[in-house]
Amino acid sequence: MNGIYAFLDAVLPIAALRFSFMKNAFCAIILLTPLLGLLGTMAVNQQMAFFSDALGHSALTGIGLGILLGVSSDLVSMLVFGILWAVLISLIKHTGWASTDTVISVFSSTSVALGLLILSRGGSFAKYSTLLIGDVLAVTPRDLLYLLIALIAGVALWFVLYNRLLLTGINASLARSRGVHTRWMEIAFMVMVAVAVMLAIRWVGVMLINALLILPAAAGRNLASNSRQHAAWSVGIAMVSGVAGLFASYAFDTSAGAAIVLCAAICYALSLLGRVWRKN
Amino acid sequence: MQKNLFHPGRRYLQPDPMCRLCHIDLNGVGVVRGGQTLLRDVNLHIHCGQMTVLIGQNGAGKTTLVRALLGEVAHTGSIRHINEQGVDIHHLRTGYVPQHLQFDREMPVTVEDFVAAAFTRRPVWTGISKATREEVREALAQAEAQDLMRTPLGRCSGGELQRVLLALALRPLPDLLVLDEPVSGVDQRGLKLFLDTVSGLKKSHHLAILLVSHDLNLVREYADQVALVDGTILLQGPPDYVFASPEFDRVFGERDRDTASLGEEAEA
Repeated sequence: MNGIYAFLDAVLPIAALRFSFMKNAFCAIILLTPLLGLLGTMAVNQQMAFFSDALGHSALTGIGLGILLGVSSDLVSMLVFGILWAVLISLIKHTGWASTDTVISVFSSTSVALGLLILSRGGSFAKYSTLLIGDVLAVTPRDLLYLLIALIAGVALWFVLYNRLLLTGINASLARSRGVHTRWMEIAFMVMVAVAVMLAIRWVGVMLINALLILPAAAGRNLASNSRQHAAWSVGIAMVSGVAGLFASYAFDTSAGAAIVLCAAICYALSLLGRVWRKN
Repeated sequence: MQKNLFHPGRRYLQPDPMCRLCHIDLNGVGVVRGGQTLLRDVNLHIHCGQMTVLIGQNGAGKTTLVRALLGEVAHTGSIRHINEQGVDIHHLRTGYVPQHLQFDREMPVTVEDFVAAAFTRRPVWTGISKATREEVREALAQAEAQDLMRTPLGRCSGGELQRVLLALALRPLPDLLVLDEPVSGVDQRGLKLFLDTVSGLKKSHHLAILLVSHDLNLVREYADQVALVDGTILLQGPPDYVFASPEFDRVFGERDRDTASLGEEAEA
Protein backbone atom coordinates (compact mmCIF):
# COMPACT_ATOMS: atom_id res chain seq x y z
CA MET A 1 0.00 0.00 0.00
CA ASN A 2 2.84 2.36 0.87
CA GLY A 3 4.34 1.67 -2.53
CA ILE A 4 1.11 2.75 -4.19
CA TYR A 5 0.95 5.89 -2.05
CA ALA A 6 4.53 6.75 -2.99
CA PHE A 7 3.73 6.12 -6.63
CA LEU A 8 0.70 8.43 -6.48
CA ASP A 9 2.80 11.14 -4.79
CA ALA A 10 5.36 10.88 -7.55
CA VAL A 11 2.93 10.80 -10.49
CA LEU A 12 0.23 13.12 -9.19
CA PRO A 13 1.80 15.73 -6.92
CA ILE A 14 -1.55 17.37 -6.18
CA ALA A 15 -2.21 19.04 -2.85
CA ALA A 16 -5.52 17.28 -2.40
CA LEU A 17 -3.87 13.88 -2.71
CA ARG A 18 -1.40 14.35 0.13
CA PHE A 19 -3.88 12.78 2.57
CA SER A 20 -4.02 9.02 2.58
CA PHE A 21 -7.86 9.03 2.75
CA MET A 22 -7.86 10.99 -0.50
CA LYS A 23 -5.39 8.56 -2.01
CA ASN A 24 -7.66 5.68 -0.99
CA ALA A 25 -10.69 7.41 -2.43
CA PHE A 26 -8.82 8.17 -5.63
CA CYS A 27 -7.76 4.53 -6.04
CA ALA A 28 -11.29 3.32 -5.30
CA ILE A 29 -12.67 5.54 -8.04
CA ILE A 30 -10.03 4.46 -10.55
CA LEU A 31 -10.85 0.81 -9.82
CA LEU A 32 -14.60 1.07 -9.70
CA THR A 33 -15.62 3.46 -12.46
CA PRO A 34 -14.32 1.38 -15.41
CA LEU A 35 -16.43 -1.57 -14.28
CA LEU A 36 -19.52 0.59 -13.80
CA GLY A 37 -18.89 2.16 -17.21
CA LEU A 38 -18.76 -1.21 -18.94
CA LEU A 39 -21.78 -2.68 -17.16
CA GLY A 40 -23.67 0.54 -17.78
CA THR A 41 -23.54 0.13 -21.57
CA MET A 42 -25.55 -3.07 -21.33
CA ALA A 43 -27.90 -1.75 -18.65
CA VAL A 44 -28.73 1.23 -20.84
CA ASN A 45 -29.07 -0.73 -24.08
CA GLN A 46 -31.38 -3.25 -22.47
CA GLN A 47 -33.37 -0.57 -20.70
CA MET A 48 -32.55 -1.87 -17.26
CA ALA A 49 -31.89 1.48 -15.57
CA PHE A 50 -34.81 1.00 -13.25
CA PHE A 51 -33.59 -2.45 -12.31
CA SER A 52 -30.19 -1.27 -11.13
CA ASP A 53 -31.93 1.46 -9.16
CA ALA A 54 -33.93 -1.20 -7.32
CA LEU A 55 -30.73 -3.10 -6.60
CA GLY A 56 -29.20 0.00 -5.05
CA HIS A 57 -32.19 0.39 -2.78
CA SER A 58 -31.92 -3.22 -1.68
CA ALA A 59 -28.60 -2.37 -0.01
CA LEU A 60 -30.60 -0.87 2.90
CA THR A 61 -32.29 -4.19 3.55
CA GLY A 62 -29.02 -6.04 3.07
CA ILE A 63 -27.34 -4.05 5.80
CA GLY A 64 -30.38 -4.23 8.06
CA LEU A 65 -30.64 -8.00 7.75
CA GLY A 66 -26.90 -8.28 8.31
CA ILE A 67 -27.26 -6.46 11.62
CA LEU A 68 -30.28 -8.55 12.64
CA LEU A 69 -28.50 -11.80 11.86
CA GLY A 70 -25.27 -10.64 13.44
CA VAL A 71 -23.17 -10.81 10.25
CA SER A 72 -19.94 -9.02 11.07
CA SER A 73 -19.31 -7.50 7.64
CA ASP A 74 -22.02 -5.35 6.14
CA LEU A 75 -20.42 -5.82 2.72
CA VAL A 76 -21.09 -9.56 2.89
CA SER A 77 -24.71 -9.11 3.92
CA MET A 78 -25.29 -6.50 1.21
CA LEU A 79 -23.73 -8.70 -1.45
CA VAL A 80 -25.66 -11.81 -0.47
CA PHE A 81 -28.95 -9.97 -0.23
CA GLY A 82 -28.31 -8.00 -3.44
CA ILE A 83 -27.61 -11.17 -5.41
CA LEU A 84 -30.65 -12.94 -3.97
CA TRP A 85 -32.78 -9.92 -4.77
CA ALA A 86 -31.46 -9.78 -8.35
CA VAL A 87 -32.20 -13.45 -8.96
CA LEU A 88 -35.65 -13.13 -7.41
CA ILE A 89 -36.54 -10.13 -9.59
CA SER A 90 -35.39 -12.06 -12.65
CA LEU A 91 -37.50 -15.10 -11.71
CA ILE A 92 -40.67 -13.10 -11.02
CA LYS A 93 -40.14 -11.06 -14.18
CA HIS A 94 -40.06 -14.26 -16.22
CA THR A 95 -43.43 -15.45 -15.02
CA GLY A 96 -44.90 -12.61 -17.04
CA TRP A 97 -47.52 -11.95 -14.36
CA ALA A 98 -46.84 -8.25 -14.38
CA SER A 99 -44.88 -5.85 -16.52
CA THR A 100 -41.19 -5.49 -15.76
CA ASP A 101 -41.39 -1.98 -14.38
CA THR A 102 -44.21 -3.02 -12.03
CA VAL A 103 -42.23 -6.01 -10.74
CA ILE A 104 -39.14 -3.88 -10.19
CA SER A 105 -41.13 -1.15 -8.48
CA VAL A 106 -42.67 -3.65 -6.09
CA PHE A 107 -39.26 -5.06 -5.20
CA SER A 108 -37.67 -1.65 -4.93
CA SER A 109 -40.20 -0.20 -2.51
CA THR A 110 -40.37 -3.40 -0.50
CA SER A 111 -36.63 -3.43 0.07
CA VAL A 112 -36.54 0.25 1.02
CA ALA A 113 -39.39 -0.19 3.49
CA LEU A 114 -37.91 -3.33 5.00
CA GLY A 115 -34.47 -1.75 5.27
CA LEU A 116 -35.82 1.40 6.91
CA LEU A 117 -37.93 -0.67 9.29
CA ILE A 118 -34.94 -2.65 10.51
CA LEU A 119 -32.46 0.22 10.60
CA SER A 120 -34.81 2.62 12.38
CA ARG A 121 -35.56 0.29 15.28
CA GLY A 122 -35.24 2.32 18.47
CA GLY A 123 -35.37 5.55 16.48
CA SER A 124 -31.74 5.45 15.51
CA PHE A 125 -31.72 5.71 11.72
CA ALA A 126 -29.59 8.85 11.86
CA LYS A 127 -26.41 6.85 12.28
CA TYR A 128 -27.10 5.10 9.00
CA SER A 129 -27.79 8.25 7.04
CA THR A 130 -24.33 8.11 5.47
CA LEU A 131 -25.66 5.09 3.59
CA LEU A 132 -27.99 7.37 1.69
CA ILE A 133 -25.42 9.92 0.57
CA GLY A 134 -22.26 7.86 0.83
CA ASP A 135 -18.90 8.61 2.39
CA VAL A 136 -15.92 8.35 0.12
CA LEU A 137 -13.52 8.97 3.00
CA ALA A 138 -14.50 5.62 4.49
CA VAL A 139 -12.51 3.63 1.92
CA THR A 140 -9.94 1.35 3.57
CA PRO A 141 -7.00 -0.44 1.96
CA ARG A 142 -8.93 -3.69 2.43
CA ASP A 143 -11.80 -2.23 0.38
CA LEU A 144 -9.33 -1.42 -2.34
CA LEU A 145 -8.27 -5.03 -2.47
CA TYR A 146 -11.90 -6.12 -2.88
CA LEU A 147 -12.35 -3.53 -5.60
CA LEU A 148 -9.28 -4.74 -7.45
CA ILE A 149 -10.56 -8.32 -7.34
CA ALA A 150 -13.99 -7.19 -8.49
CA LEU A 151 -12.51 -5.18 -11.35
CA ILE A 152 -10.41 -8.08 -12.60
CA ALA A 153 -13.20 -10.63 -12.23
CA GLY A 154 -15.76 -8.24 -13.71
CA VAL A 155 -13.73 -7.39 -16.79
CA ALA A 156 -12.85 -11.07 -17.29
CA LEU A 157 -16.52 -12.02 -17.16
CA TRP A 158 -17.32 -9.12 -19.45
CA PHE A 159 -14.90 -10.61 -21.97
CA VAL A 160 -16.52 -14.01 -21.80
CA LEU A 161 -20.17 -13.00 -21.64
CA TYR A 162 -20.53 -9.79 -23.63
CA ASN A 163 -21.32 -11.21 -27.07
CA ARG A 164 -23.89 -13.59 -25.69
CA LEU A 165 -25.45 -10.87 -23.56
CA LEU A 166 -25.70 -8.65 -26.62
CA LEU A 167 -27.48 -11.33 -28.66
CA THR A 168 -29.80 -12.11 -25.75
CA GLY A 169 -30.68 -8.45 -25.44
CA ILE A 170 -31.52 -8.12 -29.12
CA ASN A 171 -33.60 -11.29 -29.42
CA ALA A 172 -33.72 -14.09 -26.88
CA SER A 173 -35.19 -16.67 -29.28
CA LEU A 174 -32.49 -15.96 -31.81
CA ALA A 175 -29.82 -16.24 -29.12
CA ARG A 176 -31.26 -19.54 -27.93
CA SER A 177 -31.31 -20.88 -31.49
CA ARG A 178 -27.56 -20.18 -31.52
CA GLY A 179 -26.98 -22.14 -28.33
CA VAL A 180 -26.94 -19.27 -25.85
CA HIS A 181 -28.38 -20.08 -22.44
CA THR A 182 -30.30 -16.82 -22.18
CA ARG A 183 -31.62 -17.24 -18.64
CA TRP A 184 -28.14 -17.78 -17.26
CA MET A 185 -26.88 -14.82 -19.22
CA GLU A 186 -29.53 -12.59 -17.74
CA ILE A 187 -28.89 -13.79 -14.21
CA ALA A 188 -25.12 -13.50 -14.62
CA PHE A 189 -25.50 -9.91 -15.76
CA MET A 190 -27.83 -9.02 -12.91
CA VAL A 191 -25.44 -10.56 -10.40
CA MET A 192 -22.53 -8.61 -11.86
CA VAL A 193 -24.50 -5.38 -11.56
CA ALA A 194 -25.45 -6.34 -8.00
CA VAL A 195 -21.83 -6.89 -7.01
CA ALA A 196 -20.61 -3.66 -8.61
CA VAL A 197 -23.43 -1.66 -7.03
CA MET A 198 -22.88 -3.11 -3.55
CA LEU A 199 -19.15 -2.46 -3.68
CA ALA A 200 -19.74 1.16 -4.60
CA ILE A 201 -22.70 2.00 -2.45
CA ARG A 202 -20.98 3.00 0.78
CA TRP A 203 -19.06 5.74 -0.97
CA VAL A 204 -21.59 6.93 -3.51
CA GLY A 205 -24.75 6.38 -1.48
CA VAL A 206 -28.03 4.59 -2.10
CA MET A 207 -29.60 7.66 -3.63
CA LEU A 208 -26.98 8.23 -6.30
CA ILE A 209 -25.43 4.88 -7.11
CA ASN A 210 -27.67 4.25 -10.09
CA ALA A 211 -26.70 7.52 -11.71
CA LEU A 212 -23.07 6.46 -11.72
CA LEU A 213 -23.99 3.31 -13.61
CA ILE A 214 -26.41 4.88 -16.07
CA LEU A 215 -25.19 8.42 -16.80
CA PRO A 216 -21.80 7.62 -18.38
CA ALA A 217 -23.28 4.91 -20.58
CA ALA A 218 -26.20 7.14 -21.55
CA ALA A 219 -23.79 9.93 -22.48
CA GLY A 220 -21.63 7.45 -24.38
CA ARG A 221 -24.59 6.44 -26.50
CA ASN A 222 -24.90 9.97 -27.80
CA LEU A 223 -21.33 9.94 -29.05
CA ALA A 224 -20.75 6.36 -30.18
CA SER A 225 -21.77 4.64 -33.38
CA ASN A 226 -20.66 1.10 -32.52
CA SER A 227 -20.12 -1.16 -29.50
CA ARG A 228 -16.42 -0.42 -29.17
CA GLN A 229 -16.89 3.34 -29.13
CA HIS A 230 -19.75 2.99 -26.68
CA ALA A 231 -17.63 1.04 -24.22
CA ALA A 232 -14.71 3.46 -24.62
CA TRP A 233 -16.81 6.60 -24.14
CA SER A 234 -18.71 5.12 -21.23
CA VAL A 235 -15.58 4.04 -19.36
CA GLY A 236 -13.82 7.30 -20.16
CA ILE A 237 -16.71 9.47 -18.99
CA ALA A 238 -17.16 7.38 -15.82
CA MET A 239 -13.47 7.71 -14.90
CA VAL A 240 -13.21 11.40 -15.72
CA SER A 241 -16.41 12.21 -13.80
CA GLY A 242 -15.23 10.12 -10.87
CA VAL A 243 -11.87 11.84 -10.56
CA ALA A 244 -13.20 15.32 -11.33
CA GLY A 245 -16.03 14.84 -8.84
CA LEU A 246 -13.66 13.71 -6.13
CA PHE A 247 -11.45 16.78 -6.47
CA ALA A 248 -14.45 19.08 -6.74
CA SER A 249 -15.88 17.63 -3.53
CA TYR A 250 -12.54 18.20 -1.82
CA ALA A 251 -12.31 21.76 -3.08
CA PHE A 252 -15.88 22.70 -2.17
CA ASP A 253 -16.18 20.40 0.86
CA THR A 254 -19.30 18.60 -0.37
CA SER A 255 -20.49 15.01 -0.73
CA ALA A 256 -18.22 13.22 -3.18
CA GLY A 257 -21.02 11.06 -4.56
CA ALA A 258 -23.09 14.11 -5.43
CA ALA A 259 -20.14 15.88 -7.05
CA ILE A 260 -19.24 12.80 -9.12
CA VAL A 261 -22.79 12.33 -10.35
CA LEU A 262 -23.07 16.03 -11.20
CA CYS A 263 -19.88 15.77 -13.26
CA ALA A 264 -21.39 12.80 -15.09
CA ALA A 265 -24.56 14.83 -15.64
CA ILE A 266 -22.50 17.64 -17.16
CA CYS A 267 -20.87 15.06 -19.45
CA TYR A 268 -24.33 13.90 -20.44
CA ALA A 269 -25.39 17.43 -21.29
CA LEU A 270 -22.23 17.89 -23.38
CA SER A 271 -22.87 14.57 -25.11
CA LEU A 272 -26.29 15.84 -26.18
CA LEU A 273 -24.56 18.81 -27.81
CA GLY A 274 -22.10 16.37 -29.37
CA ARG A 275 -24.96 14.38 -30.77
CA VAL A 276 -26.54 17.42 -32.36
CA TRP A 277 -23.18 18.43 -33.78
CA ARG A 278 -22.55 14.93 -35.14
CA LYS A 279 -25.90 14.89 -36.90
CA ASN A 280 -25.12 18.07 -38.76
CA MET B 1 -28.94 -46.05 -34.65
CA GLN B 2 -30.71 -47.22 -37.78
CA LYS B 3 -34.37 -46.33 -37.97
CA ASN B 4 -37.08 -47.07 -40.42
CA LEU B 5 -37.21 -44.56 -43.18
CA PHE B 6 -40.87 -45.02 -43.78
CA HIS B 7 -43.61 -44.80 -41.29
CA PRO B 8 -46.32 -47.28 -42.05
CA GLY B 9 -49.71 -45.78 -41.58
CA ARG B 10 -48.55 -42.29 -42.47
CA ARG B 11 -49.99 -40.85 -45.61
CA TYR B 12 -47.69 -38.66 -47.63
CA LEU B 13 -49.53 -36.54 -50.09
CA GLN B 14 -46.54 -35.97 -52.31
CA PRO B 15 -43.83 -38.53 -51.84
CA ASP B 16 -40.65 -37.10 -53.22
CA PRO B 17 -38.24 -39.77 -54.37
CA MET B 18 -35.37 -37.31 -54.54
CA CYS B 19 -35.41 -36.33 -50.94
CA ARG B 20 -37.01 -39.11 -49.05
CA LEU B 21 -33.87 -39.69 -47.06
CA CYS B 22 -33.48 -36.30 -45.52
CA HIS B 23 -36.42 -34.89 -43.71
CA ILE B 24 -37.96 -33.71 -40.48
CA ASP B 25 -40.98 -35.55 -39.19
CA LEU B 26 -43.44 -34.17 -36.72
CA ASN B 27 -45.61 -36.92 -35.35
CA GLY B 28 -48.66 -36.23 -33.19
CA VAL B 29 -47.20 -32.99 -31.89
CA GLY B 30 -49.37 -31.10 -29.43
CA VAL B 31 -48.85 -27.98 -27.33
CA VAL B 32 -50.87 -27.10 -24.26
CA ARG B 33 -50.22 -23.91 -22.38
CA GLY B 34 -52.11 -22.53 -19.43
CA GLY B 35 -54.74 -25.24 -19.81
CA GLN B 36 -55.40 -24.17 -23.39
CA THR B 37 -54.71 -26.47 -26.29
CA LEU B 38 -52.79 -24.44 -28.84
CA LEU B 39 -51.91 -27.30 -31.15
CA ARG B 40 -53.11 -30.88 -31.31
CA ASP B 41 -51.98 -33.94 -33.23
CA VAL B 42 -49.76 -32.14 -35.73
CA ASN B 43 -48.26 -34.37 -38.38
CA LEU B 44 -45.94 -32.48 -40.65
CA HIS B 45 -43.22 -33.48 -42.99
CA ILE B 46 -40.43 -31.11 -43.96
CA HIS B 47 -38.08 -32.14 -46.78
CA CYS B 48 -34.73 -30.66 -47.42
CA GLY B 49 -34.39 -28.87 -50.72
CA GLN B 50 -37.97 -27.70 -50.37
CA MET B 51 -39.72 -24.66 -49.03
CA THR B 52 -42.58 -25.70 -46.80
CA VAL B 53 -44.93 -22.84 -46.01
CA LEU B 54 -47.29 -22.64 -43.05
CA ILE B 55 -50.44 -20.69 -43.78
CA GLY B 56 -53.49 -20.07 -41.63
CA GLN B 57 -55.43 -17.33 -39.92
CA ASN B 58 -54.01 -15.33 -37.04
CA GLY B 59 -54.06 -17.40 -33.88
CA ALA B 60 -54.13 -20.68 -35.83
CA GLY B 61 -50.95 -21.81 -34.08
CA LYS B 62 -48.32 -21.17 -36.78
CA THR B 63 -45.93 -19.38 -34.46
CA THR B 64 -46.55 -21.94 -31.71
CA LEU B 65 -45.61 -24.69 -34.13
CA VAL B 66 -42.39 -22.86 -35.01
CA ARG B 67 -41.59 -22.41 -31.34
CA ALA B 68 -42.16 -26.12 -30.70
CA LEU B 69 -39.78 -26.93 -33.55
CA LEU B 70 -37.19 -24.60 -32.08
CA GLY B 71 -37.60 -26.26 -28.69
CA GLU B 72 -38.92 -23.06 -27.13
CA VAL B 73 -42.16 -24.56 -25.87
CA ALA B 74 -42.75 -28.01 -24.44
CA HIS B 75 -44.67 -30.33 -26.72
CA THR B 76 -46.06 -33.83 -26.79
CA GLY B 77 -45.50 -36.21 -29.69
CA SER B 78 -42.21 -36.54 -31.51
CA ILE B 79 -40.09 -34.37 -33.75
CA ARG B 80 -37.46 -36.40 -35.58
CA HIS B 81 -34.77 -35.35 -37.94
CA ILE B 82 -33.49 -38.03 -40.21
CA ASN B 83 -30.34 -37.47 -42.21
CA GLU B 84 -29.32 -38.74 -45.61
CA GLN B 85 -28.07 -42.01 -44.15
CA GLY B 86 -31.38 -42.54 -42.45
CA VAL B 87 -29.97 -41.88 -38.99
CA ASP B 88 -31.70 -39.74 -36.40
CA ILE B 89 -29.89 -36.52 -35.64
CA HIS B 90 -30.53 -35.46 -32.10
CA HIS B 91 -29.33 -31.93 -32.30
CA LEU B 92 -31.03 -30.38 -35.23
CA ARG B 93 -29.11 -27.32 -36.32
CA THR B 94 -31.70 -24.68 -36.86
CA GLY B 95 -31.29 -21.27 -38.41
CA TYR B 96 -34.00 -18.95 -37.21
CA VAL B 97 -35.17 -15.67 -38.66
CA PRO B 98 -37.56 -14.17 -36.11
CA GLN B 99 -40.64 -12.25 -37.15
CA HIS B 100 -39.48 -9.04 -35.60
CA LEU B 101 -36.84 -7.81 -33.23
CA GLN B 102 -37.77 -5.75 -30.26
CA PHE B 103 -34.79 -3.75 -29.17
CA ASP B 104 -33.79 -0.24 -28.38
CA ARG B 105 -33.52 1.40 -31.81
CA GLU B 106 -31.09 4.01 -30.54
CA MET B 107 -28.47 1.65 -29.22
CA PRO B 108 -25.04 2.12 -30.76
CA VAL B 109 -24.65 -1.38 -32.18
CA THR B 110 -23.88 -1.75 -35.87
CA VAL B 111 -24.94 -4.63 -38.09
CA GLU B 112 -21.29 -5.66 -38.05
CA ASP B 113 -21.21 -5.70 -34.21
CA PHE B 114 -24.36 -7.78 -34.08
CA VAL B 115 -23.25 -10.38 -36.63
CA ALA B 116 -19.72 -10.55 -35.23
CA ALA B 117 -21.11 -11.08 -31.72
CA ALA B 118 -22.87 -14.16 -33.03
CA PHE B 119 -19.82 -15.47 -34.91
CA THR B 120 -16.93 -14.98 -32.51
CA ARG B 121 -16.01 -15.24 -28.87
CA ARG B 122 -13.95 -12.08 -28.87
CA PRO B 123 -16.22 -9.46 -27.31
CA VAL B 124 -17.16 -6.84 -29.88
CA TRP B 125 -16.56 -4.00 -27.39
CA THR B 126 -12.85 -4.71 -27.78
CA GLY B 127 -13.11 -4.26 -31.54
CA ILE B 128 -13.45 -6.65 -34.47
CA SER B 129 -10.51 -8.46 -36.05
CA LYS B 130 -9.83 -8.35 -39.78
CA ALA B 131 -10.61 -12.04 -40.18
CA THR B 132 -13.94 -11.70 -38.41
CA ARG B 133 -14.78 -8.61 -40.44
CA GLU B 134 -14.17 -10.60 -43.62
CA GLU B 135 -16.34 -13.45 -42.35
CA VAL B 136 -19.13 -11.02 -41.50
CA ARG B 137 -18.87 -9.43 -44.93
CA GLU B 138 -19.12 -12.82 -46.66
CA ALA B 139 -22.11 -13.86 -44.58
CA LEU B 140 -23.91 -10.60 -45.25
CA ALA B 141 -23.13 -10.87 -48.96
CA GLN B 142 -24.83 -14.25 -49.04
CA ALA B 143 -28.04 -12.52 -47.97
CA GLU B 144 -27.35 -9.47 -50.13
CA ALA B 145 -26.85 -7.27 -47.11
CA GLN B 146 -23.14 -6.45 -47.44
CA ASP B 147 -23.80 -2.72 -47.73
CA LEU B 148 -25.25 -2.65 -44.24
CA MET B 149 -22.01 -3.45 -42.33
CA ARG B 150 -21.61 -0.05 -40.73
CA THR B 151 -25.31 0.76 -40.39
CA PRO B 152 -26.58 0.93 -36.82
CA LEU B 153 -28.94 -1.98 -36.26
CA GLY B 154 -31.71 0.39 -35.22
CA ARG B 155 -31.57 2.26 -38.55
CA CYS B 156 -32.25 -0.80 -40.70
CA SER B 157 -35.64 -1.03 -42.38
CA GLY B 158 -37.78 -4.11 -41.85
CA GLY B 159 -36.54 -5.70 -45.07
CA GLU B 160 -32.90 -4.90 -44.35
CA LEU B 161 -33.16 -6.35 -40.87
CA GLN B 162 -34.69 -9.49 -42.32
CA ARG B 163 -31.70 -9.93 -44.66
CA VAL B 164 -29.25 -9.38 -41.79
CA LEU B 165 -31.07 -12.02 -39.76
CA LEU B 166 -30.96 -14.36 -42.74
CA ALA B 167 -27.19 -13.88 -42.99
CA LEU B 168 -26.91 -14.86 -39.33
CA ALA B 169 -29.21 -17.84 -39.70
CA LEU B 170 -27.08 -19.23 -42.54
CA ARG B 171 -23.89 -19.45 -40.45
CA PRO B 172 -23.26 -22.15 -39.50
CA LEU B 173 -25.20 -23.73 -42.34
CA PRO B 174 -28.38 -25.06 -40.74
CA ASP B 175 -30.21 -28.33 -41.33
CA LEU B 176 -33.44 -26.43 -41.12
CA LEU B 177 -34.04 -22.78 -41.87
CA VAL B 178 -37.08 -21.34 -40.10
CA LEU B 179 -38.40 -18.02 -41.37
CA ASP B 180 -41.13 -16.26 -39.47
CA GLU B 181 -42.20 -13.68 -42.00
CA PRO B 182 -43.13 -10.27 -40.64
CA VAL B 183 -46.80 -9.44 -40.98
CA SER B 184 -46.04 -5.81 -41.67
CA GLY B 185 -43.10 -3.47 -42.05
CA VAL B 186 -41.63 -5.12 -45.14
CA ASP B 187 -42.77 -3.92 -48.54
CA GLN B 188 -43.79 -6.34 -51.27
CA ARG B 189 -40.61 -5.71 -53.28
CA GLY B 190 -38.41 -6.32 -50.25
CA LEU B 191 -40.28 -9.51 -49.50
CA LYS B 192 -39.83 -10.79 -53.05
CA LEU B 193 -36.13 -9.98 -52.98
CA PHE B 194 -35.86 -11.85 -49.70
CA LEU B 195 -37.73 -14.89 -50.99
CA ASP B 196 -35.65 -14.91 -54.20
CA THR B 197 -32.51 -15.02 -52.08
CA VAL B 198 -33.92 -17.79 -49.92
CA SER B 199 -35.03 -19.80 -52.95
CA GLY B 200 -31.55 -19.52 -54.42
CA LEU B 201 -30.04 -20.82 -51.19
CA LYS B 202 -32.54 -23.63 -51.10
CA LYS B 203 -31.31 -24.84 -54.46
CA SER B 204 -27.61 -24.25 -53.92
CA HIS B 205 -27.41 -25.71 -50.40
CA HIS B 206 -30.31 -28.14 -50.47
CA LEU B 207 -31.77 -26.53 -47.34
CA ALA B 208 -34.97 -27.53 -45.64
CA ILE B 209 -36.95 -24.34 -45.25
CA LEU B 210 -40.00 -23.70 -43.14
CA LEU B 211 -41.67 -20.38 -43.77
CA VAL B 212 -44.57 -18.81 -41.91
CA SER B 213 -46.25 -16.59 -44.46
CA HIS B 214 -49.11 -14.15 -44.51
CA ASP B 215 -49.00 -13.42 -48.20
CA LEU B 216 -50.91 -16.04 -50.15
CA ASN B 217 -49.84 -14.72 -53.54
CA LEU B 218 -46.19 -15.12 -52.67
CA VAL B 219 -46.89 -18.54 -51.20
CA ARG B 220 -48.34 -19.68 -54.50
CA GLU B 221 -45.24 -18.40 -56.27
CA TYR B 222 -42.50 -19.70 -53.98
CA ALA B 223 -43.78 -22.67 -51.96
CA ASP B 224 -42.99 -26.28 -52.79
CA GLN B 225 -45.24 -27.56 -50.05
CA VAL B 226 -48.03 -25.78 -48.22
CA ALA B 227 -49.38 -26.78 -44.83
CA LEU B 228 -52.71 -25.35 -43.78
CA VAL B 229 -52.77 -24.71 -40.03
CA ASP B 230 -55.83 -24.38 -37.83
CA GLY B 231 -54.98 -25.76 -34.41
CA THR B 232 -53.55 -28.73 -36.27
CA ILE B 233 -52.35 -29.40 -39.81
CA LEU B 234 -55.54 -29.63 -41.83
CA LEU B 235 -53.75 -30.43 -45.04
CA GLN B 236 -50.29 -30.60 -46.53
CA GLY B 237 -49.38 -30.69 -50.21
CA PRO B 238 -48.30 -28.63 -53.21
CA PRO B 239 -49.76 -25.13 -53.39
CA ASP B 240 -52.27 -25.88 -56.14
CA TYR B 241 -53.59 -28.89 -54.28
CA VAL B 242 -54.02 -27.02 -50.99
CA PHE B 243 -55.42 -23.85 -52.52
CA ALA B 244 -58.10 -25.82 -54.37
CA SER B 245 -59.18 -27.79 -51.34
CA PRO B 246 -62.43 -27.39 -49.39
CA GLU B 247 -60.33 -27.07 -46.21
CA PHE B 248 -58.69 -23.95 -47.65
CA ASP B 249 -62.10 -22.45 -48.42
CA ARG B 250 -63.25 -23.21 -44.93
CA VAL B 251 -60.26 -21.43 -43.37
CA PHE B 252 -59.92 -18.44 -45.64
CA GLY B 253 -63.25 -18.18 -47.43
CA GLU B 254 -63.40 -18.47 -51.19
CA ARG B 255 -62.57 -14.86 -51.91
CA ASP B 256 -59.02 -15.35 -50.68
CA ARG B 257 -58.28 -18.00 -53.20
CA ASP B 258 -57.38 -15.52 -55.88
CA THR B 259 -56.59 -12.37 -54.04
CA ALA B 260 -55.31 -11.09 -50.92
CA SER B 261 -52.74 -11.09 -48.34
CA LEU B 262 -53.90 -11.77 -44.88
CA GLY B 263 -54.05 -10.36 -41.46
CA GLU B 264 -52.92 -6.91 -40.46
CA GLU B 265 -52.02 -7.79 -36.93
CA ALA B 266 -49.24 -9.99 -35.72
CA GLU B 267 -50.12 -13.36 -34.43
CA ALA B 268 -49.92 -13.51 -30.69
